[in-house]
Amino acid sequence: MGILMGILTVAFFRLQVLRSDTWELRAESNRIRQLPIPAPRGTIHDRNGRVIADNVPGYAITLLPGPPDSIRATLNKMSQYMEISDERIESLLAFLTRYGRQPLVVDSDADFPVVSALQERRTEFPTVYIEMRPRRRYFGGEAAAHVLGYVGEITADELASTDFSQDLYEQGMVVGKAGVEKQYESILQGRRGLKYVEVDARGRIVGDFGAFRVDPGEGGESLHLNIDIELQEWIHHIFPKSLSGAVIALDPEDGGILALYSNPGYDPNDFVSGISTELWQDLNADNRNPLFNRVVLGLYPPASTWKLAVAGIGLDLGAITPDDKMPVPCTGSYVFGDRSYRCWDPDGHGFNNLAEAIGNSCDVYFYQLGLRIGLDPLLRRSTELGFSRKCGIDLPQESQGIFPSEREFWERRFGYAPREGEVLPLSIGQGPNSQTPLKIAQFYLALARDGSAPTPVLARGLEIGDTWALDLDPDHMQALREGLRKVTAPGGTAHFGTALEHWEVLGKTGTAEHGLSQAGLAEPHAWFAGMAGPFGGPPGIVVVVIVEYGESGSAIAAPIMAKTADYYLRKKHSIPTDSVQTYLDHVQIGPVPTWYQERYPAVIGAIR
Amino acid sequence: MRQLTKWLLEPSLVLAVLALTCFGVAMIYSAGVVHIPNDVTQNAWIRQGTWFVLAVTVFIVVVRVPVRWIEWVALPSYTLSILLLVSTLVVGTGVGTAAGVKSWIQIGSFSFQPSEIAKIATILFLARFLSQRKDPLNSVQDLLLPALLVGLPLALVMLQPDLGTAIAFGGILFAMFFWAGTPVILLLLIASPVLGLMLSYDTIIWSGYMVALVGFLYLFRYRLLLFESVGVVLANLAAGTVARPLWNRLAIYQQNRILVFLDPEVDPRGAGYQLIQSKVAVGSGGVMGQGFTLGSQKRYDFLPEQHTDFIFSVVGEELGFIGTALGILAFSFILGRLVHMATRTPDPFAGLVVLGIFGAWLAHIFVNIGMTVGVVPITGIPLPFVSYGGTFLLMCWISLAIAVRVAHEG
Repeated sequence: MGILMGILTVAFFRLQVLRSDTWELRAESNRIRQLPIPAPRGTIHDRNGRVIADNVPGYAITLLPGPPDSIRATLNKMSQYMEISDERIESLLAFLTRYGRQPLVVDSDADFPVVSALQERRTEFPTVYIEMRPRRRYFGGEAAAHVLGYVGEITADELASTDFSQDLYEQGMVVGKAGVEKQYESILQGRRGLKYVEVDARGRIVGDFGAFRVDPGEGGESLHLNIDIELQEWIHHIFPKSLSGAVIALDPEDGGILALYSNPGYDPNDFVSGISTELWQDLNADNRNPLFNRVVLGLYPPASTWKLAVAGIGLDLGAITPDDKMPVPCTGSYVFGDRSYRCWDPDGHGFNNLAEAIGNSCDVYFYQLGLRIGLDPLLRRSTELGFSRKCGIDLPQESQGIFPSEREFWERRFGYAPREGEVLPLSIGQGPNSQTPLKIAQFYLALARDGSAPTPVLARGLEIGDTWALDLDPDHMQALREGLRKVTAPGGTAHFGTALEHWEVLGKTGTAEHGLSQAGLAEPHAWFAGMAGPFGGPPGIVVVVIVEYGESGSAIAAPIMAKTADYYLRKKHSIPTDSVQTYLDHVQIGPVPTWYQERYPAVIGAIR
Repeated sequence: MRQLTKWLLEPSLVLAVLALTCFGVAMIYSAGVVHIPNDVTQNAWIRQGTWFVLAVTVFIVVVRVPVRWIEWVALPSYTLSILLLVSTLVVGTGVGTAAGVKSWIQIGSFSFQPSEIAKIATILFLARFLSQRKDPLNSVQDLLLPALLVGLPLALVMLQPDLGTAIAFGGILFAMFFWAGTPVILLLLIASPVLGLMLSYDTIIWSGYMVALVGFLYLFRYRLLLFESVGVVLANLAAGTVARPLWNRLAIYQQNRILVFLDPEVDPRGAGYQLIQSKVAVGSGGVMGQGFTLGSQKRYDFLPEQHTDFIFSVVGEELGFIGTALGILAFSFILGRLVHMATRTPDPFAGLVVLGIFGAWLAHIFVNIGMTVGVVPITGIPLPFVSYGGTFLLMCWISLAIAVRVAHEG
């Protein structure tokens, strides 16, 4: 008996006196669990400080880790009260085996009815933990969708990628998926905190574990954009809903993006709670492609908007002076080699100087200018200007412009050596040339400034070194602008759609032929690229508009540009905004406005 | 003091048991203090207290019963308990976590374990049987019939299956045989097939053991009859060969209990869970303990069967090594008093009864306390006077009364 009792005493002595520390630790790890405290995502503000994305309280449904079988059972039971797909269950279990002790986020943004249903049955779901979690809210809905992008739950692939460090990210976290939300993820995310809770054997939380072991985390930094959300909403308001297209507006001062709009869009708020399968399928199946940001991803033939680039290169290389006229007058077509190349206007434009040629958009003038520059110098200078590069905008995705950088391009792409005549279509913005509205906007930004242009950026204060350098004399710049002025002046094609009370609009239309339009199956895309500002003053805004299948740059795209510029400039100069803006707006609802009569008496006389 | 002695007959023993039972009720109360209370453990201490009062009352009555009556009741109670044990196999029910075990008989709302009655009845009957012999038991032949007397209830209990109680019967058997004069060597040899059984999992170890056994028998050849030696060897051989089929006959949970005894981390979430959690509780108690009712392992439900089989883990967690050492000391004192009483009495019947009770309690105490720290495999066996359980407490007190009575009168 003595021996047996001695054995027991020794066993207890060993366990309780000699090795007590180990077991104490073990007891602690038994009952202490880490729970993350989500950090509120940084808010996003527009250039006037208006909040365009913030957070509202939301609920995440999380499950404390445990043996896989009981997790599976709990998930199956929970699916009576909420939607949990089989794939979700499998991915959660896969996560559990991989990350062991981390809590499982079943739904990162649960609806309130689900939350209350589970709360009511708390005893049935002892390991379910409802976590208050900030939920993203976007103002402006569809208007700013393509700027902001959206957030969603981090995927397993993202979690495994190096973009998301293991220290900061874990399953169930919400991350930026597109737009600035994705671009500035690291700034906006913040750092999640940690708290420790005590759990019992069944994994039920029984209390917080010591406040001193709580790390509150840090909220994400707020992000200030160059965007003017009201302008963005205005564009959304005026852009024809039935048409697809894009609008981008830049501040000539610093290249800041005032508005970046692509139609159709989507409501980023739909993505916050995890987008429903039907909606996601609808968005992807929609042949107008609402998820596609046309400003930065859409590639369109630049058409006549490109003529300014040819003009600029011609002046830059000294191939022409602003007053030079081309030897062959425009009679509606131009013969080169054994082929005749048409001007858009079969009546012809006669002899034009540079500004007149721009104003008339005379193809025959630019054919000859192109020939004067020569194919190789044109390719070289255009490439130097960046027409085959990205701008480097602060968005996750951007298409690269397509433009031949050397003669091999033709052999690579078309399988033949370029003929001298290739320069002709290139001179009028056709041929192998596709650009994003963003790229064209950067080019017109250079025209609105002194020939140089920084990369357009969304984030306020961000400067990207890469700048546009068109090395032109001031009087050459004047000549180019004079050409743009002729487009919108009385007699110019875009005059009536761009005439505004307070502002002078300069710009260039473009009619982009594409496969379908050449086959006569659809209208060509309509461009208008230009700038606007007070009469006699420097431009206050650069706007580029493209309307797919819009047919006419002057009729469709130009008024959108003018109305966009008017809205922004009125606000900037503290003039009350009005929805009746252009000459066309006015005459559609009433008489010719007095400001127009006073400014253009000759036009009035001619009409009468 | 004289009054008290007259009244309690054996005051230091009875007072120690009284204190231990009070301590038990307190620990059962603590076992009920959990974060999320449940009906089973929350008011268990009140029920135990009620049984305690009943037990003391019964004690006071039984301690005055003449020994002749006790001797007389041995045969009928033994017969009755065998009948009851047989009937458990037919109408028995399980309780709580031991739901698969048929060890309870339910009559109306009252339920009890016949094996508890069988233990004391077997002790009495065996004591009567052995005390009527003139010669000491010093051959296997002599031991055969008394071994059958214990073997019958033991086998019935094993069939329930209730390994813990079966071990208690083993304790009774060896303690009483020892007291009846069986040489220790013979007892060891009788026990050797059990050892052989356990060692048979490894052929090499078992072979070595068998060689050692034969050598041992040769050494003591003059003190044993030839057929005894041969019998022992044959029994060991049989144990070694039947081990595998016998193992396969064990219920899975019983196999697991033995496997995790060897290494609890084999199955930390399953069979090893109880042992690991118990060791965590005891170990984290340290020297001083976490304080009465404050043990976290217990509060948060990690500890299994905390008011019954693992009550001593609660002691370890909340009262530390001081608590467990004092507990072991108290049990040692009680067992020591029983041995003292047995040596003092001239009556062989009285000595055998006291030693039988000693054997049963020692088995219970050692196996129960030992399993909380992994010294012995986990078997569902309660701790006398401390674990929750009405009939068990009552029978322990009746056993005490009988021990005190027979020792005194003898």
